[in-house]
Amino acid sequence: MASKTSGNWKGWAQFAVAIAALIVLPFFLYPVFLAKVLCFALFAAAFNLLLGFAGLLSFGHAAFFGFSAYVSAHAAKEWGFTPELAILAGTVVAAFLGAVIGLLAIRRQGIYFAMVTLALAQMVFFICIQAPFTHGEDGIQGVPRGHFLGIVDLESNFAIYYFVLAVFLIGVMVIYRTVHSPFGQVLKSIRENEPRAISLGYDADRYKLMAFILSATIAGMAGSTKVLVFKLASLTDVAWQMSGEVVLMTILGGVGTMLGPIVGASIIVTMQNYLAEVGQLTLIIQGLVFMFCVLLFRRGIVGEIKHRWTQMRGGKDEPAHLSPGKATGETDGAPVTHG
Amino acid sequence: MTDIAIETEGLTKQFGGFYAVQGVNLQVKRHTIHALIGPNGAGKSTCFNLITKFLQPSSGKIRLNGQDITTTKPAALARRGMVRSFQISSVFPHLTCAENVRVALQRQMHNSFKFWKPESVLHELDDEVDEILKSVGLWDMRGAMAVELSYGRKRLLELATTLALKPEVLLFDEPMAGMSTGDIQMVVDLIRKAAEGRTVLMVEHNMGVVADLSDTITVLQRGQVLAEGSYEEVSNNPEVRAAYMGGHA
Ligand SMILES: Nc1ncnc2c1ncn2[C@@H]1O[C@H](COP(=O)(O)OP(=O)(O)OP(=O)(O)O)[C@@H](O)[C@H]1O
Ligand SMILES: [Mg+2]
Repeated sequence: MASKTSGNWKGWAQFAVAIAALIVLPFFLYPVFLAKVLCFALFAAAFNLLLGFAGLLSFGHAAFFGFSAYVSAHAAKEWGFTPELAILAGTVVAAFLGAVIGLLAIRRQGIYFAMVTLALAQMVFFICIQAPFTHGEDGIQGVPRGHFLGIVDLESNFAIYYFVLAVFLIGVMVIYRTVHSPFGQVLKSIRENEPRAISLGYDADRYKLMAFILSATIAGMAGSTKVLVFKLASLTDVAWQMSGEVVLMTILGGVGTMLGPIVGASIIVTMQNYLAEVGQLTLIIQGLVFMFCVLLFRRGIVGEIKHRWTQMRGGKDEPAHLSPGKATGETDGAPVTHG
Repeated sequence: MTDIAIETEGLTKQFGGFYAVQGVNLQVKRHTIHALIGPNGAGKSTCFNLITKFLQPSSGKIRLNGQDITTTKPAALARRGMVRSFQISSVFPHLTCAENVRVALQRQMHNSFKFWKPESVLHELDDEVDEILKSVGLWDMRGAMAVELSYGRKRLLELATTLALKPEVLLFDEPMAGMSTGDIQMVVDLIRKAAEGRTVLMVEHNMGVVADLSDTITVLQRGQVLAEGSYEEVSNNPEVRAAYMGGHA
């Protein structure tokens, strides 16, 4: 037990250092870029809640990210919602959308689940093309960042960064709590061995649905927040490529680890930023990096570092996390579908 | 209440045109140990899957304590006190031994949907978990991942997890498969102890264990009941002898 408490203490220290770094970072790097990284990191973390801890590979998470972006943009621009209420509106809609898509998809297993989520997300995409409030190809432009609580002006890039950081931290804490909760424990047991969990009296589908809704909700929160950073909601956010990108980020960073999706998202967003000049080549380079990483680190970057670290110390993997288990096995098909 | 815990009536399961289980009438008396035996492929595991509703029967009825459960969901059945183990060891590989048992105990806390509560609320189960792990000799492995255990120990962990639920009706599919001789004696004792005041239905190939534990034995062959009775009756039945010689030759 002694080692456990010291582990907790170390965890808090690491957490404090990370927060401090996130606070000073905009003095060194462009705040809007950092805010974008945080939005995608939250999106990937939400996706990982489903893939890493429920073992479900969704190929339709762009629907939640992108549709919520439209809702939040519309609420802020047309209805004059304050930023936190606009995000709340987008997040609530994502929860409902998650419940509907989840109910339709959750009974499917493996690749069929991925296909059903993709098909339903495509339906959401077509609604976004057709519905008047999304303004088709133009998207919703010039979304005001507004005043936080009606008081603090978020127009400056620093202000919006710290606002996004707060949303990011709330989202990540919700995910962390979910993973380390009584519910998270049952979820992991279902991921590990569904028939056994059922034989112990757990209705696996209900837990998976709950995880799906939570994941969709936080993905929607990330999408709603991104709108305020760029003052824009567009079809890019709701297109299937976005669903692929979040799979990529999560696997690259490490499925089933808390930090993995955040690292993966940072790498991909940074790459896209610096490779923007080379245009179409970006995709090819991205693909090559991804292939390289998957071949070299089967557990993703963070997963691999953790694995090497625990092996070096001759210890065992932490119980809360999954290394090469079922979930990562199921994702093996993902890069193929994406490329 | 009737004194029959599990009852099947004309239980039948077809895979394509093939009858894996055909017209099985089974009656498991309350608070007895009932063994289901038969050559490989006789339909024992299929029977288990039907009774625990992991498979839907093609026809026939299943009753638990006199109540029809033919359309009940498997998880709901577990909550009604009928818990099974699997023929192939079935643990949660990337959870620790303690967590494996704790997940089973957790259900009674009615907090398994609470994603906003910290995991630490589960620590109140720690003592009970320790006790259960001690009973199968796995206490010193409580922090190890289940995937790291030997096959025999995985089976012990599975048994511990099943017993943790204190179910009214227990179904074991070949609990002794892959166990060392020493462990077999421990499991026999555990099952005998667990069976006090409970009903047990088990599939087992080890005849010593079957003779030792069971009150009643049902012999299945090609999906149908061939014989039923005490160990003496069944083992002296010429048809059963023939089936076993045929099955293994
Ligand atoms: N899902 C399935 N689809 C098709 N056939 C099946 C299926 N499950 C079982 N069978 C067939 O049904 C028959 C009975 O299988 P079952 O597993 O119930 O046998 P068993 O008595 O448990 O055998 P063992 O002693 O080897 O465990 C076998 O011939 C098997 O091949
Ligand atoms: Mg069998």
